[in-house]
Amino acid sequence: MYRILTRKSLNPSVTMIEVEAPRIAMKARAGQFVILRADARGERIPLTIAGCDRARGAVTVIFQIVGGATLSLDRKQAGEEIADFVGPLGNPTDVAGVKKAIVVGGGVGCAIALPVARRLKELGADVRSVIGFRSRDFVILEEEFRAVSDTLDITTDDGSYGERGNVCAPLKRLLDGETFDAVYLVGPLVMMKYAALTAKPYGVKTVASMNPIMIDGTGMCGCCRIRVGGETKFACVDGPDFDAQLVDFDEAIMRSRTYLAFEAEARERHCNLYKKEVRG
Amino acid sequence: MKTFNDRATKYPMPVQDPLVRSQNFEEVALGYDAETAVLEAKRCLHCKNRPCVKGCPVAVDIPAFLGKIAEGAFEEAYEVISRTSSLPAVCGRVCPQERQCEKECTRGIKGESVAIGRLERFAADHHFAHTQDKPKPPAPNGHRVAVVGSGPAGLACAGDLAKMGYEVTVFEALHTAGGVLVYGIPEFRLPKKIVAREIENLVSLGVRIETNSVVGRLYTVEELQEEGFEAIFLGTGAGLPRFMGIKGENAKGVFSANEYLTRANLMKAYEEDAETPIYRAKRVAVVGGGNVAMDAARTAKRLGADVCIVYRRGREELPARKEEVVHAEEEGITFRFLTNPVEVITDADENVVALRCVEMELGEPDGSGRRRPIPKENSEFELPVDCVIMALGTSPNPLIKQTTAGLETGLHGEIAADGEGRTSLPGVFAGGDAVTGSATVILAMGAGKNAARAIDEYIRGK
Repeated sequence: MYRILTRKSLNPSVTMIEVEAPRIAMKARAGQFVILRADARGERIPLTIAGCDRARGAVTVIFQIVGGATLSLDRKQAGEEIADFVGPLGNPTDVAGVKKAIVVGGGVGCAIALPVARRLKELGADVRSVIGFRSRDFVILEEEFRAVSDTLDITTDDGSYGERGNVCAPLKRLLDGETFDAVYLVGPLVMMKYAALTAKPYGVKTVASMNPIMIDGTGMCGCCRIRVGGETKFACVDGPDFDAQLVDFDEAIMRSRTYLAFEAEARERHCNLYKKEVRG
Repeated sequence: MKTFNDRATKYPMPVQDPLVRSQNFEEVALGYDAETAVLEAKRCLHCKNRPCVKGCPVAVDIPAFLGKIAEGAFEEAYEVISRTSSLPAVCGRVCPQERQCEKECTRGIKGESVAIGRLERFAADHHFAHTQDKPKPPAPNGHRVAVVGSGPAGLACAGDLAKMGYEVTVFEALHTAGGVLVYGIPEFRLPKKIVAREIENLVSLGVRIETNSVVGRLYTVEELQEEGFEAIFLGTGAGLPRFMGIKGENAKGVFSANEYLTRANLMKAYEEDAETPIYRAKRVAVVGGGNVAMDAARTAKRLGADVCIVYRRGREELPARKEEVVHAEEEGITFRFLTNPVEVITDADENVVALRCVEMELGEPDGSGRRRPIPKENSEFELPVDCVIMALGTSPNPLIKQTTAGLETGLHGEIAADGEGRTSLPGVFAGGDAVTGSATVILAMGAGKNAARAIDEYIRGK
């Protein structure tokens, strides 16, 4: 069992928890992920590591509530335990030799983009961050990004906070103005697809952090396969980072929808349970 | 008193009715009762040259345990098996006996061989039903060994080392120990409580099991050595599933057998209130002819689908255990032999709607000695299905190789090891599917046992 040390709601559908896992905290690098299960009957949920506090042996993960399993996880309070927490999985993000980079985060993906930005800053790089959200209510980690970025652009789809629109416009402005060693994309597949297209004419190294459906996360089940440059790759052992210009985003988007109906049904089932509890 | 039974055929083992069992996940084969076990054991001729023992990868003293069953000394029979086999209740259920011990049985020349597998299972089940005794840990010898992976290779290696007094820690990546015995082989063929009991036995022997521990990530092999493990056994199993590389293979509704089976077996996705989803298909094509293909097909059947197995060679070439093929057919699963997929056809929404196949014919023998299937011209046709499961074997997991400097691997990335499991690194041993590629439970167990002996030799020789 693994104890939840702290729990914080970042917005109505996104929660941050710190889990006690000293060995993982010691070993994890930016870009790696964990798989956790809330309960003994729970689903295995892959979540990218948002940060580690080595002194306290704590690993931070941030998750969006999408289906039954994340709802179960969201009900766990600080001090309670979760059944399983395994990692660090996947390869760390390659930041070697990068002196000047753009980090693009979208929605809950910002949780994963943040450690990349932080790592680049630690290595002395010039870091420009662009983070996009649906609206003001969904903005997360603004202060944390500001602390590790030389410039920060925030966008919201509806213009209720920061610049109106998506991340592509500020990304294009940055690329038009200066030359960068790398662009890191972490966010919804659609955002990464268009951000990659935006970056393409500039010929800059562009990396996408993929987060497909997974089960074991160690190279056994083949569920997380992604087409990259025409070849089938496995996000858990070959990734999760891939050359964004080679990733078949349309296929990845299609595959991510395999269990949509099941997730909707699970949400419904959970909501009904909540209702029953409230009625007592 | 007549002590010898000259019946020409095996006593049948009771099984769940095919119509009933194809709708539940309970064990198919129900096992012999004591009376039948005694009668069947008496069919053994106790021939001098003991060919069955030579057919067993771990050389169980088969005539001796059959003799004990024939006498009604069931517990003693179990003890005989336990001397050489770490997992009798498992092997009695999943070994391809018809290609091992039973293939060599003299009885098989003029009739059916003795049902050695069923009797092994009987002895093990009788033991567990009648004794609460747990094995006791032997006096520790003060040496520590790490075993990576808790599948059949790792469990066999850990068990043998623990019996010699080694302090053994098993590192398992998943949240439950057992490897392929829990994520791969379905409940209806190998109930998970049997695997759990075998693992409890190891724990009673003093073996520590650390789940959620991925070696290659959480610990490297080198770090395990630094932490004081004098030897390390890598039993990491087979790796990533193979796909065909055909069009439409990544569509919604195409799964590897590993994924499909893991969802069902490890995650219990077939249960009503499971959090893990599994695709509820109406018509499923399973591609492949091994045990994994049979397991996937029979699981899909139990989840309510019409199932067809597509195999590029003929019935005679099916690599699966014969009993699994028979059981699959009884359950209403159909076979398309000499058939190979060429494309997964999808609708506008990328859902599978059909599998386009080509008919095959057998040509000259290939490297494996089997006749090579070649496509027939103009023979393409479509199977209307909404789900395709690929059971084509696996390629080795790259994790340990990537993170262990100096560990030599073979042509396809499998860990290079000699017959005793020695790798290119001193103190590092390997065995099972990680070395051989996809094989059987018993071969992996044999490799684990050989490595345990070699590890003991290595540590004593230091």
